[in-house]
Amino acid sequence: MSELVVTLIRLGYLVLLWLLVLAAIGVLRRDISGTRVLARGSLMGRSSAKAAPDGGAAPGRGARAKRGAPTRLVVTAGPLNGTTLRLGENSILLGRAPSSTLVLDDDYSSTRHARIFPADGGWYVEDLGSTNGTWLGSSQVEGPTPVPAGTPIRVGQTVIELRR
Amino acid sequence: MATVAPSTRPRAGRNSELGLLAIALAVGVAAYAIVGLNLDGVVPVDLVRHVGILVVLTVVLHLVMRWRAPNADPVMLPVVAALNGLGLAMIYRIDQPLAERGLRAGFAERQLVWTIIGIVLAIAVLALLRDHRTLRRYPFLAMIAGLALLCLPMAPFIGQTINGARLWINVAGFSFQPAEVAKILLAIFFAGYFVNRRDALTLAGNKMLGLHLPRFADLAPIVVIWVVSVGVLVVERDLGTSLLFFGLFVAMLYVATEKVSWIFIGLLLVGVGVVFAYSTFDYVAARFDVWLNALDSEIYNRDPGGSGQLVRGLFGLAAGGLMGTGLGLGHPDLVPYANSDFIVASLGEELGLTGLVAILMLYLVLAQRGLRAAIGVRDGFGKLLASGFAFVIAFQVFVVVGGVTRLIPLTGLTMPFMAAGGSSLVANWIIVAILLRISDAARRPAPAGAGSVVGNETALIALGDVAPADPVPASVPSVPARPSAFGWDDVEPEPNTFASSRTELIDHREERPTNAVGHESNPADTTGDQQGGPGTSRATLDGPGGSERGTSERMVGVARDVPGPPDQTSTSDADDDDNPTEVVKR
Repeated sequence: MSELVVTLIRLGYLVLLWLLVLAAIGVLRRDISGTRVLARGSLMGRSSAKAAPDGGAAPGRGARAKRGAPTRLVVTAGPLNGTTLRLGENSILLGRAPSSTLVLDDDYSSTRHARIFPADGGWYVEDLGSTNGTWLGSSQVEGPTPVPAGTPIRVGQTVIELRR
Repeated sequence: MATVAPSTRPRAGRNSELGLLAIALAVGVAAYAIVGLNLDGVVPVDLVRHVGILVVLTVVLHLVMRWRAPNADPVMLPVVAALNGLGLAMIYRIDQPLAERGLRAGFAERQLVWTIIGIVLAIAVLALLRDHRTLRRYPFLAMIAGLALLCLPMAPFIGQTINGARLWINVAGFSFQPAEVAKILLAIFFAGYFVNRRDALTLAGNKMLGLHLPRFADLAPIVVIWVVSVGVLVVERDLGTSLLFFGLFVAMLYVATEKVSWIFIGLLLVGVGVVFAYSTFDYVAARFDVWLNALDSEIYNRDPGGSGQLVRGLFGLAAGGLMGTGLGLGHPDLVPYANSDFIVASLGEELGLTGLVAILMLYLVLAQRGLRAAIGVRDGFGKLLASGFAFVIAFQVFVVVGGVTRLIPLTGLTMPFMAAGGSSLVANWIIVAILLRISDAARRPAPAGAGSVVGNETALIALGDVAPADPVPASVPSVPARPSAFGWDDVEPEPNTFASSRTELIDHREERPTNAVGHESNPADTTGDQQGGPGTSRATLDGPGGSERGTSERMVGVARDVPGPPDQTSTSDADDDDNPTEVVKR
């Protein structure tokens, strides 16, 4: 091979290498420009508004759920905002303990804070002796209390709702 | 670490990934072809097979990601494929003169086999590991397995000593470095451990000279890991592995607690360890001599433990200059271990500074993507694991390149994905697969309607099986029964930790700026509030967006003087309309 070809290959390969680097950075740039650091709440507000119409379609999924019974638990505020859990037949433990069903990453919730469980065809919430208490709507939860769909349950900084 | 939410639905980027992958494969394959052209005047005879293997494997991995991890990061796979392909080409290139001189060659063939194994394992991890939190289930099992693997080379019969370091096991003719797998297991353990303990590690202790000093009891784990690292150094005689484990531990501790004091404590312990090793072990002292006085002819000619390898590597880098000699046209084979420990010098010689910087950029991008996945993912375990893995990759690159360029003493770590050596390659492919899995969770769009971020299914996998339907009727004030039969208590080192850290939590609440893992940062809150200003969208925005601040304020109050029920309203939370500019002290 002539000297010229060798040099062209040598430099051409470096160009190819940098092409990859720059292309990768180009893809990353999109990642930066498409993202703002923001409270997840503002995002969730929009998506839950969007979600409202198809909420009605959800009950068909739950094998057991009666018409009108909540089918999922949605975290609407707090560090875990945006998380949803599908409601099954099991009770759900909320708290900071790693063994909880929903592990709250929330300084203001207790290790084992509250429990949401199904009974008599509906869902109930009860406080498990937490420090800061559990609030259903505007009242503090004392004993097991039925939870209507769409009523916010406040646990520490976290607000969850049961939705259809 | 804050969590960053995408403001718009992020593009999954699978098509960008395919495009980048094409360039990346071209980088690997062209290198292979150019080596053949420059060495023999023809392309290597097995070029088609080589190309075929790389293309098929990476494309299959890409398709598996479309199937199982559709939102995973689009940049990682192409970057790793390019590094692996380039490494293969360079190992093949160094094989040629080695074979001519009648030395042991055939590294390229073996590396190709390990590449296949590595990618197949990565595919398996992506296909089988549906949720990274599954890994959280057995932290102490991971620890025991990791430490056992770390100690395996010391076992009789299978342990093998190569060049003074007892790091290998030899089973049925295959030698393997168990420490490479151990680093994955220990990262999993550290992540699982810190996510449980970070409150105690963050909050307890006194301040001294502006540094937060942890309690003595909380210092115990770091001391234990330090002792293990020094043990590795003493028994297995390998500085690199020992540094890597301790570095990983300190880095993850820092990420978990956000306390700079841990880094100082870590550096202090490293300093103590280095002074101890330098004064006790000849081979460590020799490494320092080689580093500081590499160009002394006495040290250069010393055998064993001379600086010949290092200096020849530097000469190679110098010969490469800015643009390199061209692949196959330099003499990287003059350096011992040119295809493994010194592959950086070989690449620097033949691709020049320009090429070497491009390679370092690829590593930078890879580590950045790992950290980005850590910031994006919502659970603390995932954050810690991803940042640990990203740190491992970056740290190895730093130690290897720093060693070869004489910035720091030479140690025995491998350049991820490039250096000849199967165990490291396989382990790094698994690490990338787990990072891809975490980035998939991080980039998954927020749920709209029924689509869920944490499907019940995955949550249960991660958190243990929920016990069968609880039959307690609503009227009975039930004993707070654990719904989980899952033995997380076994995992708690001290059962009282949570209780104690909770009390401290209440006391320290005001001092605490942000939570280390998994909390919104303060700027995030501000943005959220600005967004949630008065307007028509108030009603929808409000519950989630605006109320957070009000809540934290209230809850501080609740924690302190336990007032009556806070005046809550369900959808029109008026609290933060009253004082929209007030800043909450956290």
